[in-house]
Amino acid sequence: MNGPKLPLTKNIEIGRAPFTLAQYQAAGGYVSVTKALAMEPKAVREQVKDSGLGGRGGAGFNTGLKWSFVPEPDGGPRYLVVNGDEMEPGTFKDRLLMEYDPHLLVEGVITSSIAIQASQAYIFLRGEYKAAEKALQQAIKEAYEAGFLGKNIQGSNFSLDLCLHTSAGRYICGEETALINALEGKRANPRFKPPFPQVSGLWGRPTVVNNVETICNVPGIISYGVEWFKSLGINGQTGTRISGVSGRVKNPGCWEMPVGTTFRTLFEDFAGGMLDGYEMKAFLPGGGSTDFLLPEHLDLPMIPGDVAKAGSRLGTSLIMVLDDKTCPIGCIENLMKFFAHESCGWCTPCRDGLPWTEHMMHKLETGTGSMEDIERLEEMTRYMAPGNTFCALAPGAAEPLQSGLKHFRDEFIEHVQHGCKYKQH
Amino acid sequence: MSNIIASTAPKARALTPEEIHEIEHEKTHYPYAQAVGLEALKIVQKYQGWVSDESLLAVAEYLDLAPDELEGVATFFNMIFRRPVGRHVIQFCDSVACWMLGCDSLKGHITSTLGIEYGETTADNMFTLIPVPCLGDCDKAPVLQVGDVVYRNLTPEKIDQIIADLRAQA
Ligand SMILES: Cc1cc2nc3c(=O)[nH]c(=O)nc-3n(C[C@H](O)[C@H](O)[C@H](O)COP(=O)(O)O)c2cc1C
Ligand code: SF4
Repeated sequence: MNGPKLPLTKNIEIGRAPFTLAQYQAAGGYVSVTKALAMEPKAVREQVKDSGLGGRGGAGFNTGLKWSFVPEPDGGPRYLVVNGDEMEPGTFKDRLLMEYDPHLLVEGVITSSIAIQASQAYIFLRGEYKAAEKALQQAIKEAYEAGFLGKNIQGSNFSLDLCLHTSAGRYICGEETALINALEGKRANPRFKPPFPQVSGLWGRPTVVNNVETICNVPGIISYGVEWFKSLGINGQTGTRISGVSGRVKNPGCWEMPVGTTFRTLFEDFAGGMLDGYEMKAFLPGGGSTDFLLPEHLDLPMIPGDVAKAGSRLGTSLIMVLDDKTCPIGCIENLMKFFAHESCGWCTPCRDGLPWTEHMMHKLETGTGSMEDIERLEEMTRYMAPGNTFCALAPGAAEPLQSGLKHFRDEFIEHVQHGCKYKQH
Repeated sequence: MSNIIASTAPKARALTPEEIHEIEHEKTHYPYAQAVGLEALKIVQKYQGWVSDESLLAVAEYLDLAPDELEGVATFFNMIFRRPVGRHVIQFCDSVACWMLGCDSLKGHITSTLGIEYGETTADNMFTLIPVPCLGDCDKAPVLQVGDVVYRNLTPEKIDQIIADLRAQA
């Protein structure tokens, strides 16, 4: 079936106000709602599963499969929660989608809610995203007025309310069970899993938490079909996703491209390569909580499995480039400070380990570190390894550290012997 | 002893009609009072600038929540201010993408211009400086946010201009 090549960004034009509902509908919008209302909810879920759509929040889990764990309706409330907390260092894609095409997200919410038979949806938006808040408020209002939200949507038996929740801050709120606690008005410590949110989430009821970009993919799949979605990807992948580049490159930004595009295409063709006078030393492939990769990895396709084989994670697929004139030790110190500050304080390796890690990185960076600190840092990455903490924050924090210790070992030792030689910070 | 505590302990203030109106509206979005609690703190802060002990107690009383628990919530979230802040809160991004593009020296510039460190407010109550996790604008780093406005591709000169403009606004 025919359909757009860039379904996530086709309505986006930087500098122009987002489409109103009328404009959005004229561009083919809200078709998926009408279609989904005429389908069995299970068939909607199956299509999303068959499309191969993987979560865009960082872990890449098959979305349709995630939905399939929601139990059959029992008459009680069920929730869809959109994760718009975007705070992963170096990630700026959901901001684009929400500020510039809010109706795409609203349509995705409705169609996804039909699929899992949710009765109430929340968009959990980070509090600082004021422009996105305004755009979404307007889109939600229009959708209510046009009968796409509220009771008996488009004359069907299906009813849905959508509430925009603006968060009161903290990176940990992006972790899906912490997010649920925050929505309930509690301290945002993560919850023990199992039970998974699909079974027992918000107020103990079945809940699906999905990233903004994930949900924005759903309208296309239902409107234009699974085969169309599959035809969008390259290197054996399906669909498109938003990838981007920050750091000292010629043209930093984010763009929609086929899933399976290589880092090199992103870095050279889209971002224009490094600024004159700078070279790439390494890059973080998908946020602050991913392992550094090296220039030799640029030809990898941005596919979770391939990136994992190279020793990292695709994460959010927005890469941060570390150049040759910026200190890698200082960079890691900055990341450790971030994670130490954002730890929710629940478990020891994270609450106590991260400030200690930050302290040792600071010593190294300021020329007072020792070889023993380097050994201790290695030890820290083991304490923070997956399975030793309550959530993925600490293991994520360990990733740039452990890969930094591997790739920049000489620079760690040089910092012990001679202090920091870099001028630019 | 108990007398002394009782006489100095803060008491709930009366919520304003506007605050009550907005809190009542939030009740329609969430089925439990606890969830409304966090929203109510945000509402109170919107009108008062920050959440004083008196405000916190007022919210707890109004929604029948345990004040200690609400305090635990209020102090968890970094956008709830439990101390007074200046007219303009400068949310300064010092996460890694901004750091790589030199935000440390920009922070130094703000600190020396305004004479305040993170968490402090200028003597004229005009500015408070706080760090903020990655503002999600990394292709335009370094960035900072004041109220609804994000300032991008910062330089020392731009920061001087921002501060001058905000002062003039007041
Ligand atoms: C510390 C931490 C922060 C996270 N922050 C976000 C976030 O801001 N946005 C997001 O979509 N997912 C975030 N995640 C991932 C979510 O827990 C969850 O996996 C995701 O929202 C699921 O959506 P998806 O299946 O559509 O990818 C975070 C995870 C952790 C451990
Ligand atoms: S790993 Fe860190 S953020 Fe996660 S639960 Fe433990 S203390 Fe909290």
